[in-house]
Amino acid sequence: MENKIKQSGNRQNELVHILHEVQERFGYIPPERLAEIAKKLNISESEIYGVLTFYKAFSLEPGGEHTVTVCMGTACHVRGGQQITDEMERKLDIKVGQTSADGKFTLETVNCLGCCAIGPVVTVDGKYYSHATMKNIASILKEY
Amino acid sequence: MKRISHPNQLNEWKEEIISNLPSYRKTVVISSGTCGQASGSLQIIDAFEQELEKKDLKNDIGIKITACHGFCEMEPNVIIQPAGIFYKQLKPENVPEIVEKTILQDEIIPSLLYEDPATKQKIEIQTEIPFYRRQKRFLTDNNFKIDPTLIEDYIANDGYQALAKVLFDMTSEDVIDEVIASGLRGRGGAGFPSGRKWKFCRDVRADVKYIICNADEGDPGAYMDRSLLEGNPHSVIEGMIIGAYAIGATEGYIYCRMEYPMAVKNVSIALEQARKYGFLGESILGSEFNFRIHIFKGAGAFVSGEETSLMASIEGRRAFPQQRPPFPAESGLWGKPTNINNVETWANIPMIINKGAEWYSEIGTRTSTGTKIFSLVGKINNTGLVEIPMGMTLREIIFDVGGGIKDNKKFKAVQTGGPSGGCIPADMLDLPIDYDTLAKAGSIMGSGGMIVMDEDTCMVDVAKYFLNFTQEESCGKCVPCRIGTRQLKEMLTKITEGHGEEGDIEKLQDLADAIKSSALCGLGQTAPNPVLTTLKYFQEEYEAHIKEKSCPALVCKELIVYFIEPDKCVGCLLCKQSCPVDAISGERKQVHVIDQALCIKCGACFDVCPKKLMAVSKYTGKKKEKIIKQSSQKKN
Repeated sequence: MENKIKQSGNRQNELVHILHEVQERFGYIPPERLAEIAKKLNISESEIYGVLTFYKAFSLEPGGEHTVTVCMGTACHVRGGQQITDEMERKLDIKVGQTSADGKFTLETVNCLGCCAIGPVVTVDGKYYSHATMKNIASILKEY
Repeated sequence: MKRISHPNQLNEWKEEIISNLPSYRKTVVISSGTCGQASGSLQIIDAFEQELEKKDLKNDIGIKITACHGFCEMEPNVIIQPAGIFYKQLKPENVPEIVEKTILQDEIIPSLLYEDPATKQKIEIQTEIPFYRRQKRFLTDNNFKIDPTLIEDYIANDGYQALAKVLFDMTSEDVIDEVIASGLRGRGGAGFPSGRKWKFCRDVRADVKYIICNADEGDPGAYMDRSLLEGNPHSVIEGMIIGAYAIGATEGYIYCRMEYPMAVKNVSIALEQARKYGFLGESILGSEFNFRIHIFKGAGAFVSGEETSLMASIEGRRAFPQQRPPFPAESGLWGKPTNINNVETWANIPMIINKGAEWYSEIGTRTSTGTKIFSLVGKINNTGLVEIPMGMTLREIIFDVGGGIKDNKKFKAVQTGGPSGGCIPADMLDLPIDYDTLAKAGSIMGSGGMIVMDEDTCMVDVAKYFLNFTQEESCGKCVPCRIGTRQLKEMLTKITEGHGEEGDIEKLQDLADAIKSSALCGLGQTAPNPVLTTLKYFQEEYEAHIKEKSCPALVCKELIVYFIEPDKCVGCLLCKQSCPVDAISGERKQVHVIDQALCIKCGACFDVCPKKLMAVSKYTGKKKEKIIKQSSQKKN
């Protein structure tokens, strides 16, 4: 991260890139790093806080070991995407945005993955599962 | 190969690539875009490689890995060239048979062919499948021919020829005139004439100008831009370079949403290649024109698709929209004149230059020229991306190209334009599709999502879905959108939960009109469209929810019950075992019963009940009340 900041100079336009890299590296944006980024970019911490909480890509808390994402696009919705989300919430005993008690899964939704023909779509750590049903959710989770 | 520094070298390179093409007897073209990979295309590729290796056919039979072929429902699919045989929904175990029979002995395997749902006829050749036959795949045809990671494939298919023509035979005015004459309108949604937009930006004097490719395809249900970026990224890049030359820009950005990892990857590879071979950078193709393109990965915010928000995002700020004017053509990215077009618009440019404005303007209708890619999704048989000339009717798109509604259900509506668009009812199926007819119907073209809905779709629920979406995605800068969409959503939620009151429809209408006329940016101004169009065309459904507390489509959870029909249930235990809350009782071979007090209406029993029995039914309105009453009496 240090390197990335040095490369980018003191410019706000690098902020989103940097946040992407930090998020990718740590799985979240460690809050204690904000001051460091702010100083290097010569912008305020509150500005960074504003940007990172605005975008869905960034999180200030570490997620679970695996991230389960249910697509909530229109095509998935008319094919029962909401039911899949509900069932995931029951199976993992958490709400969307939370991490299961054993720290294994974080449940998220996404607006559309653009794979509308094969919906409802679920991804786990970026691996796509097509035609999700209430029945096959359990077997998807079992893989992890 | 070194940098191309003269158009002649480009032609020499093209000749060289074509003459060096391996002379395969047959080539297996495998569709492996995001949908394909999600459906298992990578295993199919492996299986073909192993099988060809095993049979020592590697020098004789080629494998070409392309991105999306458009017929997503049939993934993973392959086309065996030169005959053009189309095999669908393959599994790795089909591969040895394909190699043995079709590749070695020219024998067709009927079970792997596409069957027309209407005629039950099996079709061998890809171009003869009705889904493809009625399309005009000018932009998407190259997706069959190009491995998107190889610039050589693009060059062999006339890639960068338009750029060479523009840089050496045309002035920037000529280019703009050509684009104006073509009649091309922006494919991102609003349909502003692209050539005129370019001219505005060109006419502003400035030391630095930017151009941007908007690849933040946020409309749920639309994915044509993903397909173009994954499948033919150089066509978009070539379009941008031509645009930059016409406008006088020296730097460009491709803003791609992070939810499309393969698009980001393929574009990044293509940019790297374009730089290496001299299509980007200093002195492009040996001319005096310099231009760079950067890729910017979005961070997950729908509003970033709005042009002023997108620029704020590139600048490293929250994606807040800005009041227009000033328009980006005057003051855009970092205050400099900026021209933004959508992916599909850019992809049209090389074709317009190569084939001419006259040719292009003859496709489509008088006011909307060219083709448009639509994503035909939802309750439709042939789900996929279709490229059709503007002016085709909805009926032709849905029933001829799309093969009609799934499971022989009744068509109810088609939603176009995503959260900014609206629902068009069955009696408007003969509407010829172009920018103006859709706007007249209360919807918009949008980026081209077409979500087909059948009788099992509740229009109030659909309106609620979209308002839920826009409310969550509202950036919060202006009050009408921040508070108005929330109010709309809450009113719709109230109605779908059976608490609607007399006068709610009028309130919805008033509030929707108020938001439409006062919100700051496109997101807010169009957010009420799903409500307004469903109110206009499906008011009786709202009334049923409000007055009778019933959901005619049997969707809204609070207004329905699940009921096991005693005369149909065989006591197979399937539903009982799948119920997550143990609300179903009954022994094997005895009629099962749902305890309505415990039921959470997840629909699991409905889904698992064997289709031949259909013993689980849904009821709404008075019958629902009766079932609940009976259930509680039995319990006592």
